Amino acid sequence: MPDLLTQQPTSARAGPPAPPSGPAKVRVEDFTASFSGCAVLHHIALDIFPRERLAIIGPAGSGKTTFLRSLNRLNDLEHGFASTGRILLDGVDITARDVDVAALRRRVGMVYAVPIPLPWSIYDNIAYGPRLAGVRGRARLEELVVGSLRSSFLWDEVKDRLQEPALNLSGGQQQRLCLARVLALQPEVLLLDEPCSGLDPISTARIEEALAQLKAQYSIVLVTNNTKQAARASDRTAFFLMGDLIECGPTQQLFTNPSHHRTSDYITGRFG
Amino acid sequence: MSRPRVRAAIRWLCTLAKRVNQETLVSVVLTAMALTAVSGLAVITAFIFKEGLPLIMKVGLKDFILSSDWHPLEGKFGIFPMVVGSLAVTAGAMVIGLIFGLGGAILLTQFCPPRLVSILKPSIELLAGIPSVVYGFMGVVILVPFIREHIGGPGLSVLAASIVLGIMVLPTVISISVDALQAVPRPYREGSIALGATEWQTTHMVMLRAARSGIVAAVILGMGRAVGETMAVIMVAGNTVALPHSPLDSVRTLTSNIALEMAYAAGDHRKALFATGVTLFVIIMILNTIALRFSRRRAGGTRSR
Amino acid sequence: MRHNPARSQILAITVMWVLAALTIGVLLFIIAFILAHGVPHLTLAFLSEAPRSGGREGGIFPMIVSTLYVTGLAVLIATPIGLGTAIYLTEYTRESRLTAVIRFGADCLAGIPSIIFGLFGFVFFVITLGMGLSVIAGALTLAVMVLPTIIRTSEEAIRAVPRAYREVSYGLGSTRWQMVTRVVLRSALPGICTGVVLSAGRSISETAAVMLTAGSSLTLPRSLFDSSRTLSLHFYTLSREGLSMANAYATASILILAILAINLSAYWLMRRFVAKVS
Repeated sequence: MPDLLTQQPTSARAGPPAPPSGPAKVRVEDFTASFSGCAVLHHIALDIFPRERLAIIGPAGSGKTTFLRSLNRLNDLEHGFASTGRILLDGVDITARDVDVAALRRRVGMVYAVPIPLPWSIYDNIAYGPRLAGVRGRARLEELVVGSLRSSFLWDEVKDRLQEPALNLSGGQQQRLCLARVLALQPEVLLLDEPCSGLDPISTARIEEALAQLKAQYSIVLVTNNTKQAARASDRTAFFLMGDLIECGPTQQLFTNPSHHRTSDYITGRFG
Repeated sequence: MSRPRVRAAIRWLCTLAKRVNQETLVSVVLTAMALTAVSGLAVITAFIFKEGLPLIMKVGLKDFILSSDWHPLEGKFGIFPMVVGSLAVTAGAMVIGLIFGLGGAILLTQFCPPRLVSILKPSIELLAGIPSVVYGFMGVVILVPFIREHIGGPGLSVLAASIVLGIMVLPTVISISVDALQAVPRPYREGSIALGATEWQTTHMVMLRAARSGIVAAVILGMGRAVGETMAVIMVAGNTVALPHSPLDSVRTLTSNIALEMAYAAGDHRKALFATGVTLFVIIMILNTIALRFSRRRAGGTRSR
Repeated sequence: MRHNPARSQILAITVMWVLAALTIGVLLFIIAFILAHGVPHLTLAFLSEAPRSGGREGGIFPMIVSTLYVTGLAVLIATPIGLGTAIYLTEYTRESRLTAVIRFGADCLAGIPSIIFGLFGFVFFVITLGMGLSVIAGALTLAVMVLPTIIRTSEEAIRAVPRAYREVSYGLGSTRWQMVTRVVLRSALPGICTGVVLSAGRSISETAAVMLTAGSSLTLPRSLFDSSRTLSLHFYTLSREGLSMANAYATASILILAILAINLSAYWLMRRFVAKVS
């Protein structure tokens, strides 16, 4: 097993990332979100491009998770949520009332901070999403399960125990299972909400390595409290502070030469 | 309706169902189901009152409840002996229910090792599952002769009914009291022990006081059960329409009255039995409402039921 | 003599153990007594023959069939409605005036004595709806009786499923109904079954309500609209009219054995449920 702790982070090895090309995959226009009248996001404007990893950093309570959950309309589950502004996925506004949210969530998948495997076998966990979408054939399901387990670097560890309960896996394995669960839906955008909080360094490194490979196919948005993780595992970074988007730019540039003084204050640890 | 018409109708229903959003359909169906419990209650109340209230109006509320003259075939409908019978039997049952029930609940929550709890709890549930007619039968076969020979009276008595009913309400009293005691916040108990009290002192000075409203609810709900019990009481209480002067006298309760005479009652007599049902219904509703109010007022916050 | 708390404790505990032992003793005594007197008379002939001369001789086959019909139908009718109500209360609405009213209705229904249900069933199903004293009238009456139990146990079972599972399901693109059926009900199933099984137990034991609605005919019910006599009612009639002690004990034994089987399966189901959800 390669010693992942001593390897150079993939983004550093690959050199500075290419600037984002082509039209935005997701465009956020003047987006304001509030819970029961209390605004938590103010006039956010942001683009997310295909084949990039966008990290979102900022202190607690800045609205990072709210922003992430708005991208797949998961905030609809909270009573009292309201928003203005638009979020365009491939040019189509997903905040509109008549949007099929179930289909949206299949295109924009999410991995949560705490791994939550469903109390079933590993296979059933991963096959759940495709089954919801109507996939029936056993061959097709198996293809999706194996493919997503490979993409999340979990295949080797579970290939001969797919029928075992998912709850028997370790924390890091469970989180990769949750990633595979989302990948089985073949989404277009991946949202990750502090996916490595509570995981040991090796599991963290595995997930970051998976993300580095996955960016070739998906847009990835990664919310993290760990600025160092943002520095090593993303192409662009956005800094949120108390509901406002302060700055967004290429990761290397943001961390070495930020435009805004609040950004440099946060990165250097002056507050947090 | 001819076959092709039926088939066309079914086809039309299916296309309609497909067009209607599945989620909306599910919501409507579930809402309808949820309203059955309330509508069931409303319908039951309506019918019982519709059948029984006119007679109470006709005889006069005071005469109906307070007169001791129950001669239905002569048009006399006074249910006072039955009211007293029900109250007497229930009071006796609650004495037993309270002593054994509260004692059992305290034992289960404060003093019982877990291994024994897993034997005692299912046993209590089993006690609740035994049919009332079996309890009545055991009362007739064992209890009534015993009372007749060793204590006095005809055996079929308030005492026999109280004992049988007391055993029958035990599961109710125990389970609600256990809930009440377990809802007392742990710091109460731990704080008391930390101050040097023994567990028994903690129990009767702290826990019982904190769980008081829940225990009251348990007793009142037990009373509700006892008042509503029919078959066991018929078998052991004697069913004489007379005011009891001692626990050894035979009595008839409101429930027994209905069950015994319904089979051959007609006209006003039948309506009088419904009126007895109305009386019973009102008593139970009052008891249950008081009990529910007590069970919501517990130490340690609210509980969603 | 100074008040000694340690000694009072020992006294109190002893008293309570005596009370508990008495209670359990009564339970065991009842079961043992009935089974000892009744099991010797439980022959195959008894179980498969019809009663003769009013129950003094012969068997109890029609009563067994009747009990199965009435109880089975009652549970079959009450379960979807009770489960639907529980799903509605937990997944399809938020706490509001309406849910409080529904809960109040169910709680009140739970406290109504069985004889009142019998009266209602008689007036409504037997007379007003014209079903006559019949299996179906009895089943419908019992269904209303056990409805609150099913609602309560189903609700508790559904609430025990962790909230996070629901969000995971939504996040993977499920509709609410898909989430309820594929995730919540799948996990809550043993708990729900416990409630259904316990309701079946209550239905079997019930006498007063069936007496006034299903009637007491001794013949085998051939359709839902035939009158029939359930096991518990038969036992009551046999013992009160002194027709045959042997048959009475045997009938009671069947009842007790059925209750034991039901309670055991409910207990086993509950343990499976606790293991699954924790």
